Amino acid sequence: MSLLNTLPDYVLTTKTDELLNWMRKSSIWYMLFGLACCAIELMHTGGPRADIDRFGASPRASARQSDLMIVAGTLTLKMALRTRLLYDQMPEPRYVIAMGSCASCGGLFQLAYSVCDGVDKIVPVDVYVPGCPPRPEALTEGILKLQEKIMTERWLTRSNGARPQVTAA
Amino acid sequence: MYLHFGVPLALTIFGIGIVAAMFGLQKLLSPSNPYQRKVMPYECGEPPTGRAWINFNVRFYLIALIFVVFEVEVAFVYPIAAVYLDWVRRGQRLYALVEILIFLLILFVGLIYVWVKHDLEWVKKVPE
Amino acid sequence: MEPLAIYQRLKERFADRVVEISESKPDPFCVVDPAAIVEVARFMRDDPELAMDCLSNESGVDYKDRIEVVYHLFSYRLRHGAVLKVRLARDNPRVHTLEELWKSANWMEREIFDLLGVTFEGHSDLRRILMPEDWPGFPLRKDFVEPLEYHGISTVRESPIIRLDTKKK
Repeated sequence: MSLLNTLPDYVLTTKTDELLNWMRKSSIWYMLFGLACCAIELMHTGGPRADIDRFGASPRASARQSDLMIVAGTLTLKMALRTRLLYDQMPEPRYVIAMGSCASCGGLFQLAYSVCDGVDKIVPVDVYVPGCPPRPEALTEGILKLQEKIMTERWLTRSNGARPQVTAA
Repeated sequence: MYLHFGVPLALTIFGIGIVAAMFGLQKLLSPSNPYQRKVMPYECGEPPTGRAWINFNVRFYLIALIFVVFEVEVAFVYPIAAVYLDWVRRGQRLYALVEILIFLLILFVGLIYVWVKHDLEWVKKVPE
Repeated sequence: MEPLAIYQRLKERFADRVVEISESKPDPFCVVDPAAIVEVARFMRDDPELAMDCLSNESGVDYKDRIEVVYHLFSYRLRHGAVLKVRLARDNPRVHTLEELWKSANWMEREIFDLLGVTFEGHSDLRRILMPEDWPGFPLRKDFVEPLEYHGISTVRESPIIRLDTKKK
């Protein structure tokens, strides 16, 4: 019964898509996934001075209630398996921001035996925010870039720029 | 004569309508892609261990039981309070009052029993 | 008491079990026979002149020909400290645990087991503490070779800047 990916190309769905995407981008609830030092900057970004709650982003502790996973910190191989399971348990539409250099590419610890070089080896990443750690303003810009990306999604038409469905891992 | 039922009717229609609209929009527009790893019980990233059905304390059942009894009692008192003025105008206010007080008294005895038997305390003190 | 005086007292009590007293600066240390380490440690804890009530650190060292376990003991009551070392063969390093004497040895010995492969006899819960349970090998040994992948996650990241030349380190 779902209308997703059903309408042919000649049906214009601009305003509907704008409405849906605006609703989704204005309330991105992120999962508190602070792994290391970038978590401090993540907390600061959610704090009073550089506030992302003004963009509608509210912290959630559970993966089941969040649509954004901000991977903040170094990802070890031991944690990588759990990260993949947590990403799988997020409901769609879901997005991932790799915050900091450790989550983007392994960062300072790239040659270590226990570090997974970058979270994009495990989950598909939408926005990379460089920095060690990135300032709250940088992470805010990352979230705004993600909002721009969300506005370009088309869910209703058949040939769309929508995200590929992530099936079994 | 039945016009004063119009308001609850409108309320019912609105209530059912809004909920139906929300569910309908969800069926039409939300992505749904369940696969095995996604619908597994959530245990903060670890594979789940143990059973999902566990024993729980019988205190919850007791509290629910006592609550239901007294909630129904309150529900019975509301209509009496609503039409009490009519009984007053007919001059039968003592009759109505005594009747409702007898009803409350019977249930009050039940409350005394539950109180004395320490069933209202969350941690029941066992006599030494 | 000065550390050298502590080691002299040990030598008077356990003449043959004390292998070597080294006067290296700044920390002189005392090498003890591995079979006698529990007795020596118990004497250091219970003797009223030494009264070492705290095992402040226990760590392992991998030299090319042997593995050493180093114990840093400290006394809060008498405010002095000492260093004990135990030399173990590299192919099957085993030594008795000090868990009954100082509870802090529990996790420290688990770490040495995890990273260097030293088996502590009599330990109540000897399992890996930092690496995942199914990790192959002991990472801090000098001859440890990093596995190329772990559960399907590759541990190598191509980087245009760093040449991963495994022969030179």
